[in-house]
Amino acid sequence: MASSSDSPMDGAPVIDFDRFVPTRSAIAARKRKDLLMRVLVAAAFVIALVPLVSVLWTTIASGVRRLNLNFLSYNMSGVIGGRPTPSGGYGGILHAVIGTLEITLGAVAISVPIGIMCAVYLVEYAHGGPLSRIIAILVDVMSGIPSIVAGLFAFSMFSIVFGPGTINGISGSVALSLLMLPTVVKSSEEMLKIVPDDLREASLALGVTKQRTITKIVLRTSLPGIVSGVILAIARVIGETAPLLMTAGYIATTNFNLFSGQMTTLPVYVYQEYSKLSVTCPASAGADCITSIPMQRSWAAALTLIILVLILNLVGRLVARVFAVKTER
Amino acid sequence: MGQRIDVNHLNIYYSDFLAVEDVNIAIQPNKVTAFIGPSGCGKSTVLRTLDRMHEIIPGAHVKGEVLLEGRDLYAKGVDPVAVRRDIGMVFQRANPFPTMSIRENVLAGIRLNNRRIAKSDADDLVEWALRGANLWNEVKDRLDNPGIGLSGGQQQRLCIARAVAVHPQVLLMDEPCSALDPISTLAVEDLINELKHDYTIVIVTHNMQQAARIADYTGFFNLKAVGQPGHLEYFADTTTMFNNPQNEEAERYISGRFG
Repeated sequence: MASSSDSPMDGAPVIDFDRFVPTRSAIAARKRKDLLMRVLVAAAFVIALVPLVSVLWTTIASGVRRLNLNFLSYNMSGVIGGRPTPSGGYGGILHAVIGTLEITLGAVAISVPIGIMCAVYLVEYAHGGPLSRIIAILVDVMSGIPSIVAGLFAFSMFSIVFGPGTINGISGSVALSLLMLPTVVKSSEEMLKIVPDDLREASLALGVTKQRTITKIVLRTSLPGIVSGVILAIARVIGETAPLLMTAGYIATTNFNLFSGQMTTLPVYVYQEYSKLSVTCPASAGADCITSIPMQRSWAAALTLIILVLILNLVGRLVARVFAVKTER
Repeated sequence: MGQRIDVNHLNIYYSDFLAVEDVNIAIQPNKVTAFIGPSGCGKSTVLRTLDRMHEIIPGAHVKGEVLLEGRDLYAKGVDPVAVRRDIGMVFQRANPFPTMSIRENVLAGIRLNNRRIAKSDADDLVEWALRGANLWNEVKDRLDNPGIGLSGGQQQRLCIARAVAVHPQVLLMDEPCSALDPISTLAVEDLINELKHDYTIVIVTHNMQQAARIADYTGFFNLKAVGQPGHLEYFADTTTMFNNPQNEEAERYISGRFG
């Protein structure tokens, strides 16, 4: 709109508003900039995607060859060099899958109750007091702990309490729970914070106690978000190798007991097999002997780990959807 | 039946800040009492002290007494949770529980307290409360749908049904119609007129026509200046308040000369 009035409103500054109308060249420049930024953003997306696709592709291509039912249902006992075992396979990862599931589950059982209760304290009780600020800082510091340090902590704790050199699955769980805890606290805290105060007030005004308000309204409303946060935390620790080498050890046989004896997990298995590089096949071994079998097992185990995380993600999404806040009209 | 509330020398604080000063008011049973006044004068704050919702804000506390049928709600040993069961509250923004269906929302006051209720009793209660809130005919075929799928006015009536389902003696309403369109407002006002047969109702409103339409008594709150505590300036029956107020400030406010 052009300023055509000769008698502006009282006290209004006299400004030539025609100056602000965009010129044709300005519009063209804006369109060029728009195109440039679109290209840049798209390029950034593609660059971020390249390693992801590459990793997935390599793992699938190299891992799918050994990944079969036999590989999943046997452990590494009785595997000699590159020769096939009596079952017809070349050893397997049953013990590592069991170990990964049990140790991760143990870590979840330790870190989720502590993490959620910590978040409930921070959001519902602390009200930004000094203690809550200290906890918040400590949680931030904790999320920066290198995983090997968490492993050292768990190892030395179990050595002190249960005698030197104690190695079992649960100490691995403790190490992993240390790494999970900050993620669980942070994500749960954020989820509890976005529950509207209206709901808390509505519940309290009905004569509901604070405890029931928290468990039945606040936690219930934020459950889908908390589940996603826990899944993220699991995905972060399920691939940990270093702390588990130290705490859970490595064996070739299947150990179901989380509380006694060494346990193998998938990442440790991948690392151990990769370290072997290859095996020698003596002339007597026959044509079935494969020199590169450790590498193939390593890739197949890595693929299994990725699939495991994927399944976990899907289960988490399903749970989140079942408990989601119903908004559809 | 509704119960009467007497407020004596009530001072309301947020930490050290005195928000409302020396409130004395007698709220009659089975009547509608409206609180009006400019923003920041503490009408909502006073309302929230009547069911001890004020103190859920950290640092908030009161001095003085609030008597429900002669019982001091702020006496030692009185459980605020029990007070809130006797005195229901409806908020400015409709806040049905998003994880619950319409039916579950009505039953929330009972279910959340882990009290068991037979299914037939629950059905009766849901129908009674929703009929009481003039919502039954609109939702009777979809009681299991989510409560937040309703329109704004329906949600607010659902919240009223939820509040009456626990059989309170007093119903507090904090600007219940300020987010509603005129038709929904009318529905809620009609409802308030019916509810006063069973409950004592205290309502905070910014809408003076609304106070004139539905209230039996009206309290006018004011504050001397921003940062100063608010106070109850004038309390009268609604006819006097709007036709012949015996208070200069109230007269100025009602005739639209300030606020």
